[in-house]
Amino acid sequence: MSALRFLYAAYIATWAIHSVYLVSVVRRFRRLHQQMKELGKPGK
Amino acid sequence: MKRAFPILSVLTAILLIYGLYQALVVAPTERTMGDVQRIFYYHVPSAWTAFCLFFVNLIASVVYLARKNLKADALAVASAEVGVVFCTIVLVTGPIWARPVWGIWWTWDVRLTTTLVLWLIYVSYLVLRRFSDSAQTPVLAAVLAIFGALDVPLVYFSIWFFRTQHPQPVMGKGGSLDPRMLHAFLVNLLAFSCFGAMVCWARYRLERLRRDVEEAEALESLLGPEGLSSQTSKGRAPLNRGPQ
Amino acid sequence: MSSLWTITLATLTKDIRLEWRSKDSLNAMLFFSLLVVVIFSFSFDPTAEESRQIAGGLVWVAFLFASVVALNQTWARELRNQVLDAYRVSPAPANSLFLAKALGNFILVTVLEALMAPLFIVFYNLRALGPAWQLIPVGVLGTWALVVNGTFFAAMSLRTRSREIMLPLLLFPISIPAIQGMVESTRILLAGDGSARFWIVLLLTYDVVFTTACLALFETVLLAE
Repeated sequence: MSALRFLYAAYIATWAIHSVYLVSVVRRFRRLHQQMKELGKPGK
Repeated sequence: MKRAFPILSVLTAILLIYGLYQALVVAPTERTMGDVQRIFYYHVPSAWTAFCLFFVNLIASVVYLARKNLKADALAVASAEVGVVFCTIVLVTGPIWARPVWGIWWTWDVRLTTTLVLWLIYVSYLVLRRFSDSAQTPVLAAVLAIFGALDVPLVYFSIWFFRTQHPQPVMGKGGSLDPRMLHAFLVNLLAFSCFGAMVCWARYRLERLRRDVEEAEALESLLGPEGLSSQTSKGRAPLNRGPQ
Repeated sequence: MSSLWTITLATLTKDIRLEWRSKDSLNAMLFFSLLVVVIFSFSFDPTAEESRQIAGGLVWVAFLFASVVALNQTWARELRNQVLDAYRVSPAPANSLFLAKALGNFILVTVLEALMAPLFIVFYNLRALGPAWQLIPVGVLGTWALVVNGTFFAAMSLRTRSREIMLPLLLFPISIPAIQGMVESTRILLAGDGSARFWIVLLLTYDVVFTTACLALFETVLLAE
């Protein structure tokens, strides 16, 4: 049934968007932790 | 607080999986629209979560304007950004639902169109935040949030009246509501609300961390790295504060 | 209260006098408005029946773009001469500055509309089949809706990067109910298709709500810059 592909498209799109966003949040966290560590090192 | 996050994340994930199972397997197929109607179990909870997050943004903005509380401002940023994500999902799943059911991609449905305008307002909010470098960005953003909130009822009424003049299909539950459907809907509503709250919390912590790093960098450029570590030993600088 | 109006009027007359002395930007805006009308006429065939039906919407969209050009230069003179700092420390109420700017913009945009409207009427053969006098409150309320928020957002955009694009970016989403009001009431009045009363009341409500909001929050924004 062709209508089913719309159903799957909607569910996949939802999780695709959430995944992209969560990955960006995690990446930003990692970058900030890295920056924080570098600040701790004296004589940069 | 620190240990609660992973536990709650796991609980939320379980809820989401249970919700998916309810939506795709347990809930009966709707009579008029068929299986495509199951998009409803994702579309409406996402809208609800988005609106809640935007409401949180409004409250946080007002609190910031009244008290200049920086934590409130961080929450405002977080709730706006996560709200836009959920709102995007509403605007994407809406047309995907409309196309097979009514043959058109977009219906000028009151709720969907109001969601579109809300999305536009909050995207402009995020753009303002990004393009405004001054220290007073939080104030400007908070003012914009208030303007947005004042606008929403006007948007709703103008579209509602327009629709009574130009009738179009209504996106909504439509047709029968079997108790199993209601159960699937409520599970997903709870699951997405929790999910939204968790992501917002994470984004809030990210924002606080970003500000801490900025502050530490500013201190370092003022005092030099040795001065910075001497500040640390006095327990002042944020270096020893990990994520909470 | 009288000092609010005195200062407002003084600032307004100063602005008008300055604008009149160097007519460059005014002439440029007038020419831009003319260009907008011509481009629209080429894009939306005036001889087609459908175009005449959407002419109400076209007119207001054209006004919207012309007014953005006018609104973008609202604070340009103040920025160039560091006038805003003087305002911040002066005892003059911030609202008198805002009202003066908003009223000045209102006059400016009305002048632009007075040029564009006759051209639209001519190109699109427009005739009001409904009560034409109602177009006046629509015009006044609609223009004020754009100008009051536009002046406010222009002030908010002052310290942002890409200031000129920031203004329409902030203004357009918030203005959607007002734009719908302007367009629908104009369409109804031109086509004689029912009553425009709801839309005129909506425009009035919009104007009251946002004028109040702008007056309440302008000082916050001015001090924030």
